[in-house]
Amino acid sequence: MTLIEAKGLTVRHGANTVLDRVNMSVAPGEIVTIVGPNGSGKTSLLRALLGLTPSKGKVTRKRGLVVGYVPQKLALDPTLPLPVRAFLNLPKAHAPDQIAAMLERVGVPGLATRQVADLSGGQLQRVLLARALLEKPDILILDEPTQGLDQMGEAGFYRLIEDVRRETGVAVLMVSHDLHVVMSASDRVICLNGHICCEGKPHVVQNAPEYRALFGHGTQGALALYQHAHDHDHDDGCGHDHTHDAPNDEVEHAR
Amino acid sequence: MLDDFLVRAVLAGVGLSIATGPLGAFVVWRRLAYFGDATAHAAILGVALALIFSLPISLGTLLVALAMAGAISWMMAQGQSPDSGLGVLSFGALATGLVAISFVPDVRVDLSAYLFGDILTVTRSDLLLIWGGAGLVAAVIAWRWSKLLLSTLSPDLAAASGVKPNRESLVITVAIALVVAVSLKVVGALLVSAMLIIPATAARRVSSSPVQMVVASVLVSWAASGAGLWASLRLDTPAGPSIIVAAALIFVLTTGYRTIRNQSV
Repeated sequence: MTLIEAKGLTVRHGANTVLDRVNMSVAPGEIVTIVGPNGSGKTSLLRALLGLTPSKGKVTRKRGLVVGYVPQKLALDPTLPLPVRAFLNLPKAHAPDQIAAMLERVGVPGLATRQVADLSGGQLQRVLLARALLEKPDILILDEPTQGLDQMGEAGFYRLIEDVRRETGVAVLMVSHDLHVVMSASDRVICLNGHICCEGKPHVVQNAPEYRALFGHGTQGALALYQHAHDHDHDDGCGHDHTHDAPNDEVEHAR
Repeated sequence: MLDDFLVRAVLAGVGLSIATGPLGAFVVWRRLAYFGDATAHAAILGVALALIFSLPISLGTLLVALAMAGAISWMMAQGQSPDSGLGVLSFGALATGLVAISFVPDVRVDLSAYLFGDILTVTRSDLLLIWGGAGLVAAVIAWRWSKLLLSTLSPDLAAASGVKPNRESLVITVAIALVVAVSLKVVGALLVSAMLIIPATAARRVSSSPVQMVVASVLVSWAASGAGLWASLRLDTPAGPSIIVAAALIFVLTTGYRTIRNQSV
């Protein structure tokens, strides 16, 4: 029983095919992370799953699925005064103590009366998460939730997501381009570049040649020295090039 | 009591404010100021058509305002830059209306009453129309409040929560057309959007939540209506523009208050 499933999902922006026949699904309680370089269609995939962007193919949602969506950012018009409490009450109102408890849970207690416009990037992300969680979602969908956070903030945020999943059993689908931190928190990683290059458990994906071809070895530290990148071909006929890291190749051959 | 023209004028201003307060806040939040202007300008064309076809004026203005709002929404949905297109539609409709009125046979039309309003000649049936239309707009906004607000804040968040942002936009669009139609008599086609924008902008300076801003916006509109009418009687100035001048003065006051308060913090 999957919560949300895409079959043959294709998204075009003008003449550009951003996503080409993607098949994927998320099961209850699962943390799935989509990684991929800039322009690989990560955000388009999320938006297509949410029904925010026109797409071809089929998206099936479980009946009555409640989605908690945490967008990349919130562009707040300065003419709109908005305290955190009023924001958390959209679209459904919640009791004040429920709101206070949720703000405490996501690590920003006592912010209820502050203006959303005055929050720091990290506080805003947690408030967005609180709003999503207050709707008691079956699945959380997060689009690059840690953009603009430093490494400490990033790690803390992903730990929080893991904890919340453990407590509530909510499924999580998130997009990221920062690899390390995300990897450790995920059950499954989907490596995307216009199509699904590879997917599986984090350590499997990390060692997959497709993943290495996309991200090079730079982030792997010393390990990179022992590994050799092979060219790989996709048999699905998707025309794109993976860039390879020239300096790393040199190091490998020097050994 | 309703026999007194002044009482009727006050009631017209108070009734209209019930709609322009909350709707004006959404117009400001959604940056629809020019949209409101264009819809109001089109109302003059509606007046002309109503006179030519002997329809009730408010029906003519409502239909043309709705058509205009629909045309602009369609244009924006096509992804065209609204700015220049709005200008073409807005002034095209206004000028066409002014030309068309000159063709109306056997009628000496007092054009300034439609351009600047004529609140002192509001009749009982006008009052009924104003209160009915304004009450309807206010009730719809209250009923759909959180959906409207969430769609305004972020169409994506709204859609993810199962709210249809396009439907909420349509609600605002129709509400603007309705308010234009009922407020023509009060402030006139050229100043209708001033009644939407100025009180809401003045209210922004003293509000820290959306509900506060809506309430403050209604209060500012009431104060402006009262002060404008009073000035109009005392100084023998045109009533509609006087109301807008009063609103603009209140805007200056709240802006000054905000500036002083911010400096003292």
